[in-house]
Amino acid sequence: MLKQTTQASPPVLKKRISDPRWVQILLIGLMLLFFTGFIFLPLALVFAQAFQKGWSFYLESIREPYAVEAIKLTLLTTAVVVPLNAVFGLSAAWAITKFNFAGKTALKSLLDLPFAVSPVIAGLIFVLLVGSRTPFGSWLGEHGIKIIFSTPGIIIATLFVTFPFVARELIPLMEAQGRDEEEAAVTLGARGWQIFGIITLPNIRLGLLYGMILCSARSIGEFGAVSVVSGHIRGQTNTIPLHVEILYSEYNFTASFAVASLLVFLALLTVVLKSSLEKQFQNNSLEH
Amino acid sequence: MMEFFQRKRRNILPGFGLSLGYTVFYLSAIVIVPLSMVLFNTIPMGWDSFFHAVTAPRVLASYKLSFSTAFFSAIFDALAGLLTAWVLVRYRFPGQAFLNALVDLPFALPTAVAGICFATLYSPIGWLGQLTAQRDLHIINTPTGIVLALIFIGFPFVVRTIQPVLEELELETEESAHSLGATRWQTFRKILLPHLFPALLTGTTLAFARAIGEYGSVIFIAGNLPMKTEIAPLMIMTKLDQFDYAGASAVALVLLLISFTMLLVLNAVQEWQQKEYR
Amino acid sequence: MNFNWTKKITLAAALLLASGLPGSIAEAAGSATLLNVSYDPTRELYQSENAAFIPYWQKQSGQAVVINQSHGGSGKQARAVIDGLEADVVTLALAYDIDAISDSKLLAANWQQKLPSNSTPYTSTIVFVVRKGNPKHIKAWDDLIKPGISVITPNPKTSGGARWNYLAAWGYKQKQSGSPAQAQAFVKSLYKNVPVLDTGARGSTITFAQRGLGDVLLAWENEAHLIQKEFGADKFEIVSPAVSILAEPPVAVVDKNVDKHGTRKLAEAYLNFLYTPQSQEIIAQNFYRPRNPAALKKYAANFPKIKLFTINEVFGNWRAAQKTHFNDGGIFDQIYTP
Repeated sequence: MLKQTTQASPPVLKKRISDPRWVQILLIGLMLLFFTGFIFLPLALVFAQAFQKGWSFYLESIREPYAVEAIKLTLLTTAVVVPLNAVFGLSAAWAITKFNFAGKTALKSLLDLPFAVSPVIAGLIFVLLVGSRTPFGSWLGEHGIKIIFSTPGIIIATLFVTFPFVARELIPLMEAQGRDEEEAAVTLGARGWQIFGIITLPNIRLGLLYGMILCSARSIGEFGAVSVVSGHIRGQTNTIPLHVEILYSEYNFTASFAVASLLVFLALLTVVLKSSLEKQFQNNSLEH
Repeated sequence: MMEFFQRKRRNILPGFGLSLGYTVFYLSAIVIVPLSMVLFNTIPMGWDSFFHAVTAPRVLASYKLSFSTAFFSAIFDALAGLLTAWVLVRYRFPGQAFLNALVDLPFALPTAVAGICFATLYSPIGWLGQLTAQRDLHIINTPTGIVLALIFIGFPFVVRTIQPVLEELELETEESAHSLGATRWQTFRKILLPHLFPALLTGTTLAFARAIGEYGSVIFIAGNLPMKTEIAPLMIMTKLDQFDYAGASAVALVLLLISFTMLLVLNAVQEWQQKEYR
Repeated sequence: MNFNWTKKITLAAALLLASGLPGSIAEAAGSATLLNVSYDPTRELYQSENAAFIPYWQKQSGQAVVINQSHGGSGKQARAVIDGLEADVVTLALAYDIDAISDSKLLAANWQQKLPSNSTPYTSTIVFVVRKGNPKHIKAWDDLIKPGISVITPNPKTSGGARWNYLAAWGYKQKQSGSPAQAQAFVKSLYKNVPVLDTGARGSTITFAQRGLGDVLLAWENEAHLIQKEFGADKFEIVSPAVSILAEPPVAVVDKNVDKHGTRKLAEAYLNFLYTPQSQEIIAQNFYRPRNPAALKKYAANFPKIKLFTINEVFGNWRAAQKTHFNDGGIFDQIYTP
């Protein structure tokens, strides 16, 4: 693999050789065609439906108390899930890329597993683990601790679903960077957290940020697994996606798409945030 | 392979115990212990009824459908993803940042909303369904419809795994190839593609694995007819709705084992490839 | 940079603590709360019922009450209650689902004898919804199996309403011909005409009304009227067959949960309220057939005379019907086995 950091090659370099103009136009055209069918049209549909009854109806739909509760719950879930999975991602990436040990391949595959697990199963396993049919679940119930069909259950299911995002983003990056810089730092007498904070973190901050953004996007939008553990109590255990579904099955299509469009805005916001931060990082590293 | 079983040289970096310990602990708490419940709920069934539950004709038909639709959608995603990553990394054109942002949309949009969108678009009175219906092409409630929904779901996995590798690729190799007289296409095939291949494989496998398990978006467009358009996760759901927890766990276990084996093979292949490069 | 992360984590931890581990977002202090776990089509009904019950209970007991609603597929809702969703009352689509809850000892096995009329304060039946002008001339059950007719009904494996549809078709043929074999053949050819099995009744309605699929929708009578209300009476017509099934969606207090919450009196009052004349009118206004003869008479125009048979008449009881028809390997599965 290549040993190079993101900032080492200034963007100018990338433009030097390129494809002929007609190839560029052809490829961009093909991509736009794909985007039209799979991204633009669904997106247009969401907005067309959301604004069918005008602005005031749109605002009403997203300001209605149940919608506000759903938004709060989703934001709370994301605020808990993303940092936890980020810390885990850092620790997993450090262990996997800086050391050799038996069973590494199996460990890496286990990290990816939540991507490949059906959301239906992802919800089911927590019902099987802490549902009141199980001994553990009924013990919890007797002590008045509610996990599934309440906020903690939703958070745990989301943790599971978004589990690999940060680690997945960091591992290839840190593998490519190798361990020479850190080893040099050790030789020069640096200690554990110093090495991590001064050498590693600046090298991986883009990947880390990116993983966190994907993680938050997915945790905002997760439907299947959360649907199984939520209990669907209006105003209490409904996240935004579940609220969208409820409105839709009440034949309240316009309001349903209005709330769904919020998710699109949130997704776009996170990515705008990402690219502006990216620019800032690049400027910083060029100054140094 | 030796590296697997013994540490080749003494590693001077700190934090091995802490980071591996925490990783294993967190992995167990969030993933392994909960997933093991699928196994524990299957054991009391006994081998015979397990075998019966997971090989019933309807269940077999659903695996077949899930795997074939996931396969076709993953192939399509691989092509579209490679194309998109290439264009987004290598070219500069207006609106590019916006397109780049939109790649993540399938992650963020709840799967149910995606399913509803596709079902609405391709219904006989939808924007696209009207066009296809004229040509007597039916998309909604057919495997084709399932593939379309799955392409949407898996797309960002491919783009987002290729993109960083492409960004980090040194242009010097390309340039020297160019100066040695290689054509652009030769450079792409001989130099770029081998470099991108591991990432492409990872992205495609992830898209494939995700597609096998996908439920929310597919259910609206699949049709759900037994033996014809029933996906494997729906079989789990129908068993649960009969309060058959063991049967549902059995089907879930089969899907889990397949997914895990796939990931294991993928990671092993990559390990092996990386060694080839060094 | 690491500075930022620490801040974020602290913030998240604080939020987690602030949220309080047991879910407690909307529990207003000082007032009693009641959780009604119900199935999909009753959303509008219980909205009106709750609006009427809250002042009623305030007057009766001086207590303010907050009623939380949860809706979903009947089977899924039953499973959620079994797995720990702490419903005070369940109001589901079919008795089998409440039987399943009673199997897990959350309520007594004789729950259906505890309230009047089989614990069903309202009934409904299965009717046909067709497009305006009835272009395919669908009048009776036998029209559904004609070639070229496309029938929309949900999946009996995942939807309670779909099971009522299936049993209505079966019961019609069995009563007409006297032979279960003919009934099975009839149901088989009916499902040959079904192009899509949505997972829930509402899904089927949307497929039919919003996406324009199919010539006829098999639906609850109350849903059929709601479709006209929501999608326009100028687009759809309701066809009532001469014979159909008496669908009895039952209600029950979940004993174990009300005892835990101390809400038994409230929960029992809530379900008994459904039988009062005031409530029976609300039921009729929402197009469910009320048990109260006065209310039924007042809204007779909405409820054409259909010869209704009960599930016990044809199938024995719900457990038997479920086992023979809908469990894995049952008759519904055989229909689709080549």
